[in-house]
Amino acid sequence: MAYLDHAATTPMLPEAVRAMTAQLAVTGNASSLHAAGRRARRTVEESRETLAAALGARPSEVVFTAGGTESDNLAVKGLYWARRDADPRRTRILTSPVEHHAVLDAVDWLAEHEGARVEHLPVDSFGRVHPDALREAVERDPGDVALVTVMWANNEIGTVMPVRELAAVAREHGIPMHADAVQAFGQTEVSFAGSGLAALTVSGHKIGGPYGIGALLLGRDHAPVPLLHGGGQERQVRSGTLDVPATAAFAAAGKYAAEHREEFAREVGALRDELVAAVREAVPDAILGGDPDPAGRLPANAHFSFPGCEGDSLLLLLDAQGIECSTGSACTAGVAQPSHVVLATGTGPDLARGTLRFSLGHTSTKADVAALAEAIGPAVDRARTAGLS
Amino acid sequence: MPVLRLLPCAGCLLHTTCDRARLFRSRPGLRSRPPGPGTPGSAAVAVRASGIALGNTAPGPYAGTAMNDFPGAPATPRDGTRLRVLAAMSGGVDSAVAAARAAEAGHDVTGVHLALSANPKSFRTGARGCCTIEDSHDARRAADVIGIPFYVWDLAERFREDVVEDFVAEYAAGRTPNPCLRCNEKIKFAALLDKALALGFDAVCTGHYATVVVKDDGSRELHRASDAAKDQSYVLGVLDERQLAHAMFPLGDTLTTKDEIRAEAERRGLAVASKPDSHDICFIADGDTQGFLAKHLGTAEGDIVDESGARLGSHEGAYGFTIGQRKGLRIGHPAPDGKPRYVLDISPVDNTVTVGPQEALDVTALTAIRPRWCGTPPAGPGTYTAQLRAHGGETEVRAEPVESPDGSGLHVTFTEPVRGVAPGQAVVLYDGTRVVGSATIATTERARPAEARPA
Repeated sequence: MAYLDHAATTPMLPEAVRAMTAQLAVTGNASSLHAAGRRARRTVEESRETLAAALGARPSEVVFTAGGTESDNLAVKGLYWARRDADPRRTRILTSPVEHHAVLDAVDWLAEHEGARVEHLPVDSFGRVHPDALREAVERDPGDVALVTVMWANNEIGTVMPVRELAAVAREHGIPMHADAVQAFGQTEVSFAGSGLAALTVSGHKIGGPYGIGALLLGRDHAPVPLLHGGGQERQVRSGTLDVPATAAFAAAGKYAAEHREEFAREVGALRDELVAAVREAVPDAILGGDPDPAGRLPANAHFSFPGCEGDSLLLLLDAQGIECSTGSACTAGVAQPSHVVLATGTGPDLARGTLRFSLGHTSTKADVAALAEAIGPAVDRARTAGLS
Repeated sequence: MPVLRLLPCAGCLLHTTCDRARLFRSRPGLRSRPPGPGTPGSAAVAVRASGIALGNTAPGPYAGTAMNDFPGAPATPRDGTRLRVLAAMSGGVDSAVAAARAAEAGHDVTGVHLALSANPKSFRTGARGCCTIEDSHDARRAADVIGIPFYVWDLAERFREDVVEDFVAEYAAGRTPNPCLRCNEKIKFAALLDKALALGFDAVCTGHYATVVVKDDGSRELHRASDAAKDQSYVLGVLDERQLAHAMFPLGDTLTTKDEIRAEAERRGLAVASKPDSHDICFIADGDTQGFLAKHLGTAEGDIVDESGARLGSHEGAYGFTIGQRKGLRIGHPAPDGKPRYVLDISPVDNTVTVGPQEALDVTALTAIRPRWCGTPPAGPGTYTAQLRAHGGETEVRAEPVESPDGSGLHVTFTEPVRGVAPGQAVVLYDGTRVVGSATIATTERARPAEARPA
């Protein structure tokens, strides 16, 4: 088996498994006042501190959620509602056309149900938003912008956005900016304090932590309207009993990811370069998606378009050879649609149907790359025979 | 358990765990799948092993063991590799059991659900269904339980062009199409089969009830299913020998009732065991064919006339009628003889529907177009039995291939007159249980002419 889909989810780190299993049998609601509650609370708060340190944030800025999707929804919807409530003119949302569906669909929902006007900022052929484009959009009427949300790094093509520069533009006009950093965390330096962002999304299972937990880093000046009402946990922003074992494991994974980031990026980047070279050798007309400059893309990401192939066919053929990857595109009822990310970079619809994303992680080896190198050529030949149905 | 229920919060997790554990205990099929008695290859429970590759020449885990080939399906390769089978899984019970039997027989099976609607509804509205997200999910669950890879292929565009638009155009032309037959001809055993073969599969497996027989010379014949009540050879009669050579029908030779198929699905842990049968046209989700046609063709008021041309009433579109139809004519007054009236003729050119007594429906002969032969076309006239609609009976005929400037055709003469023959439907010729060929009914010859009205 060659698992080349770490961007979908990556195996839990032993450190995270240990932290989680140590807590699973321990009783205690972190909101309870008795000894069991205090013990749970301590674990949660230590986890919060650990994670804050890993992300260059203050502990009070860490709001635990059930994952990346919830964090994105809380930031986008919550900040929109709060900003609009403070001034009804603020209904414009500035975002990118390459966002993850957790942001894209949340924004679309606001447009459909809450009167939001959505403006997709232009991107270049690498899928990158330029600060000038944001400035132009903001300065057309700074008073009507509710928020800016642009991802830190793209989940499909790996392009890293100039988040600090974008956030600086938003800050000049007092507009909060959110960034989905689910893919960036652990691969590129993510510091909340240094980013200038109002809110930032991270997720547990993408960095070797458990499923079902994430966090929204939230500047202390910001009070999004909650999605979940209840017991008032997490600064009244996110009610619900805290998942103590998951926070502990998330923190362990976050600590590991931050401490080993440079070394991981170097090693996985070298392996990724090897993978890119191998695919190009086997399929000379394969087109690398995203920024070819290693400084501008996630070190674990490789993305290709294969002319004349259906991504689905490639997936089936590689799966049958024990190689697990992704078309990178979103699925509706399991039916692959051309990726909105790839289309946004100016790729034609036919070529956009023939994409594959290979994403590496902490368990990836040279053998994984070698298996792909051997299988990709024949798979592409065969998929071309089957053509675009 | 009662103790746990008193615990707050932390207990919730345990509750869930307990409930789930109980669920599994009460449904052993989800964990262990004993092969059902009487199923082929029950000795070899196929579990897909990792690394068994499509096109891989390495021997599979069942290499050397006797595999059970289904009648007429492509033969298992002799080099020790397994037959690579693509199982079309609609989300229904038949195709799920077919895929399970194919896997159990030792073949290298991959499941695929065909997404045939560009905008699938989330859930079924009634018994029908192969086109909803729920059906796709059901198919995926079945594949998971069987232990085979599963994909959804988007054939919505091809389906729209070849089946839905054809369906509408046929009705617009006053004919009564059979979309299931068209789907088998153009989608399952054309678009799907071609893609499967290109990707390295050897066969397409479906849950149809029909049997393929391989002759000594290696040629293939399509026969009625062992169980005549469930036979679906009528909608497969359009398949030619090349298509048959890559078809696998694991349910075709089974003498089991539908209840027994359901019981087999239950034994295999397939949750679709209790799913209702689909009867209607899958792409008309609410079952309202007239509404569907009205939406696509619009309404156009026209006359309902009798055989003499006298106007009896009006209709909102000639496409809303089928030859032989009795109900829904909405003629206010009865016929002079008090007997019911039937649709005798549909004329889309002047948007007129002709009705008359039942005996005027008697058809003595028909011509059919676009014949497709299973095997060598007959050289001259012959005596066969014919089936004229899905689930219809058989009737004795003499049939003869004819050539005209418009192309190949078929002329069929009935030994006894038959009623309710609708142009657009298929006439399928049988020799005993063997399907000889199929063609689309174009015109009929009546015992007494229906077009007596003034020109």
